[in-house]
Amino acid sequence: MFPMFAAAGVSGCSGDLSTLSPAGPVAGSIATLWWVMAAGAALIFLIVMVLFLLVWLRPNFGRSFSQRAWILGGGLAFPIPLLVPLLVYSFQQGEILLHIGGPTETPVRIEARARMWQWEFIYLDEDTAPSTVGVLHIPAGALVKVTATSEDVIHSFWVPRLSGKVDAIPGHRARVRFLANTPNTYRGACAEFCGSGHAGMLFSVQVHKPEDYARLIKAARDTSLRASLAQVHP
Amino acid sequence: MRANKPMLSPIRLHKDLSAIWDTRPGLQRLASVNHTTLGKRFIVTAIVFFAIGGGLAMLIRAQLATSQSAFMEAGLYAQIFTMHGTVMMFLFAIPLFEGFAIYLLPKLVGARDFAFPRLTAYSYWCYLFGGSMLIVGMLAGVAPDSGWFMYTPLSSRTYMPGINADLWLLGITFVEISAICTAVEIAVSVLKVRAPGMSLDRMPIFAWYMLIVAFMMLVGFPPLILGSILLEVERAFDLPFFDPKRGGDPLLWQHLFWLFGHPEVYIIFLPAAGLVSTFLPVFAGRPLAGYIAVVIAVIAMGFLSFGLWVHHMYATGIPHLGLSFFAAASVLVAVPTAVQIFAWIATLAHGTPRFSLPMLYVFGMFFVFVIGGLTGVMLAIVPFNLQAHDTHFVVAHLHYVLIGGFVLPMIGAAYYWLPHITGRRPSRVMSNIGFWTIFAGFNVTFLAMHLTGLKGMPRRVHTYLPEYGWEALNFLSSFGSFIMAIGFAIAALDLLLIVRFAPRSTRNPWKAATLEWAMPIPPPSYNFASLPKIFRRADTLEPSTMAAELAGGMGYLAFTRNGQMETLGVEMVGGNTEQVIVLPRQTYLPLITAATTGVFFLLMLFKFYWLALVAIPLVVICFLFWTRDTGLRADVGPVPIGHGIVAPYHSESADAPSSWAMAFTLVADAMLYASLLFGGLFLWASAPNWPPAELPALGVVLPIGVVAAALAAMASGILALRNVGGAVSIPALALCAACHAIALACLFTLAVTGIPSFTQHALSAVIMVVIIYLAAHHAMGVVFALFGVARMISGKVSARRTLDLRIGNQWHLYTAGANFIGVLFMVGLIAIAGTGAAP
Ligand code: HEM
Ligand SMILES: [Cu+2]
Ligand SMILES: [Cu+2]
Repeated sequence: MFPMFAAAGVSGCSGDLSTLSPAGPVAGSIATLWWVMAAGAALIFLIVMVLFLLVWLRPNFGRSFSQRAWILGGGLAFPIPLLVPLLVYSFQQGEILLHIGGPTETPVRIEARARMWQWEFIYLDEDTAPSTVGVLHIPAGALVKVTATSEDVIHSFWVPRLSGKVDAIPGHRARVRFLANTPNTYRGACAEFCGSGHAGMLFSVQVHKPEDYARLIKAARDTSLRASLAQVHP
Repeated sequence: MRANKPMLSPIRLHKDLSAIWDTRPGLQRLASVNHTTLGKRFIVTAIVFFAIGGGLAMLIRAQLATSQSAFMEAGLYAQIFTMHGTVMMFLFAIPLFEGFAIYLLPKLVGARDFAFPRLTAYSYWCYLFGGSMLIVGMLAGVAPDSGWFMYTPLSSRTYMPGINADLWLLGITFVEISAICTAVEIAVSVLKVRAPGMSLDRMPIFAWYMLIVAFMMLVGFPPLILGSILLEVERAFDLPFFDPKRGGDPLLWQHLFWLFGHPEVYIIFLPAAGLVSTFLPVFAGRPLAGYIAVVIAVIAMGFLSFGLWVHHMYATGIPHLGLSFFAAASVLVAVPTAVQIFAWIATLAHGTPRFSLPMLYVFGMFFVFVIGGLTGVMLAIVPFNLQAHDTHFVVAHLHYVLIGGFVLPMIGAAYYWLPHITGRRPSRVMSNIGFWTIFAGFNVTFLAMHLTGLKGMPRRVHTYLPEYGWEALNFLSSFGSFIMAIGFAIAALDLLLIVRFAPRSTRNPWKAATLEWAMPIPPPSYNFASLPKIFRRADTLEPSTMAAELAGGMGYLAFTRNGQMETLGVEMVGGNTEQVIVLPRQTYLPLITAATTGVFFLLMLFKFYWLALVAIPLVVICFLFWTRDTGLRADVGPVPIGHGIVAPYHSESADAPSSWAMAFTLVADAMLYASLLFGGLFLWASAPNWPPAELPALGVVLPIGVVAAALAAMASGILALRNVGGAVSIPALALCAACHAIALACLFTLAVTGIPSFTQHALSAVIMVVIIYLAAHHAMGVVFALFGVARMISGKVSARRTLDLRIGNQWHLYTAGANFIGVLFMVGLIAIAGTGAAP
């Protein structure tokens, strides 16, 4: 474990896990998606309820359309034009988020290794593959790719303010890519039920200025690190 | 025979029929096989489980009301939420709609009972025993605790060494047996046991819903049953299906579970929707709009619901393009749902809506279910799902769907059919208060919960810190849930008071136009004193006039004959009279058989595996006793059913219900098998640590021997049937049994010699299970063949009465096919695994 990292406890302000206060482009665009869908859903809900109450309370209104028109109109003409664009948009959005940074930008590669009930983060870009437990350090503004896996049961890596979750499944390696805009500390949680320590399986993400991050990583290559590594991987 | 005598007086007819059909008093109630009685038992039992599940929900809400609650610790909380979900899904929702279907369907389609009354009883006892196992386990403090979807490896022996997980796997499988039996019962009865003249397109809409739901159950439940078997086998005998270190894969469990789990949601929703489609037109004062559109929509939902399961697994790292396919299917299922909803609106639009209590619940359903559907569409959208998945947003969504799409309409239906069940009339005031309290409490609880989820609260956490900002919302949810609980209590009390004290209802109090009202209320055990002829769509009838006519014996079968329970069977599509179905009388056999089945599950639970193995033949023997008083000992020929019409008894009919029951059972069986084969291929394609160090070596002789013996068994079965009555018949069946025995021996040798240790790698484990599956079919093949011999010797088989042999042959045919596919599969899987070229 990085000695200086260990000091950084889990801290933060309220709303620390809120998907609605995004701190990076991935979580940001999903939050926007949510607001758009919520507005659309509210509208659709109102329309359906108003129609329901209208046919109920104003029988003459209801009869002005044939039964066929009601069923085809309400069942096909109403939902399909709304759903198809939503699907296309979300597919595009998914592709963008999945490939955020594009093929050119090389991400900072991290392995999130879960076990009951803690997270260990391995910095794959360094040849000594140093690791930290409970705290993930990343540079601000840089693309990060986290590969999640587990040593025991299924867990799920989730930093709500930065991006969606990805399951840590034994025998599998699933990935998630995201960016953090500015230096700060964010909270992460395990989202998949993993036994009695599930609620406490929290971690924090410390986002550093790029130069600070570089310094940390350099320090991490120190020999002191190897000693602590031996602890982690006996 | 009284058949040709002049018409009996209504009173006399009633007395004669009651003497045969009534459930006997006292302890003999345990022998009841009557669908009205059993339907009510299902309903009441399900309501008791709802109360238990609701109590658990209150504990959950009490725990979450404040941050850092010290009420429960993590382990107990895990048991509570797992049991809440499990009880609600398996012991409340499914049995409740089954209860309504069992109570209503025969009445709606103009029959005196289902095709297999004893199966209904067996199904009830399995449900009761399986459910009780779970509750007793909970009281003993060993409730399952890995969530209602039991993800491995958390639920594997390594991480859950106690019997908690076994309790879930065995108890739920027990209850699933009940569900499969009910599904077979419903599918066959809807298709074959209706009133004459009721063609498919005249069926009341609820029969369509239940027919489709029954098929969905037959296809949807086996994957979970298979998954449970594999997981239990892994836990008990260490066969590594889900262990990634030995070629298994935790994702296999997720696929099997959700292959069941998603259709399950529709299986729960559709019956409730079907009931609404039945009573909403009554209050609109006109028949359901878009009958055909609704049937098509329901079929479409049935199909689509099997293409959605992966939307529970977006975060597992499946490629995005693959996810998009499932996202599209998930979103598109909104279209038939909308058709369904707008058919109701259209019905109201063209009717003259009357206000009444059931309709109040329909209003509640619209309000709540539409919101649940909309959040469902949101969750189908991949990027959003990755944020909302496994948070309280999902918890809110699923309750909007389940309470809006199931609980509220079911309470509406309860109020609607209460006069039918009890003969009493609902009151007003308290019922309304009950509704509004539930409605307000529900929305306060769960609307806020969407936000809690978006603010990042994962589901299944027993505690949280104040600084997360979830406390106010959680407190609101807990507050709302207690309001809702009060509402449910008011509604329950109201229902109870109606049952006890409400004034007598007139016949057909809602002015409905369906057949269940064409009888006295509460209904007599035999439903109809004589069976109607249907000339129109069965939701446009005049039950009040029909009731008098039928009670007066103006329909078919207006007499009793040899003390037999009789109802009519029709030709499946056209609904023309085809056969007289003689139903079995009251008997303890279902209870005894279910108890024996329960002994098997208990022995498994307490790890007496060898004894459990002995319990299986005991169950089979119990079932063999069922056949003792079925069938005829001599050819009878067509018998009169009244109005100068004659029809053969079902055992002489070419198209008896029981051979359809066998066909549908084999559909479920085939799904189980397909899931197993899919599982093997899935592990090869996706699991880590393939290929194994040591491959199974099946050789050539034994696999060929197995297939050849299976084919020979099938051929001799066919020969026996062709020659019925001739000298070859009995020897041919004996040969059939011998061939099955040979196949069994080959499979046994194969298992012993061909497979390296089956605990070392998933490949061997899968091959082992395929072999056991085939062996079990051959063992049953022996039973079927010898049973045929016994029936021939006892004179119950003749050229006209071949039903027993035909059913046996269905089994032999299926077994031969399964062997052929199984051998190809085993050889193929070993070959591709050997090349090591998994994609
Ligand atoms: C009576 C009012 C109800 C309340 C207050 C309630 C409350 C809850 C809460 C708070 C949870 C989340 C527990 C957690 O994740 O920590 C939950 C889970 C669940 N509820 Fe309910 N519920 C109610 C009724 C129902 C009904 C009627 C059904 C089904 C028909 C149902 C099915 C479920 C399921 C399947 C889960 C998931 C369990 C799991 O995560 O393993 N609930 N319920
Ligand atoms: Cu975890
Ligand atoms: Cu967890």
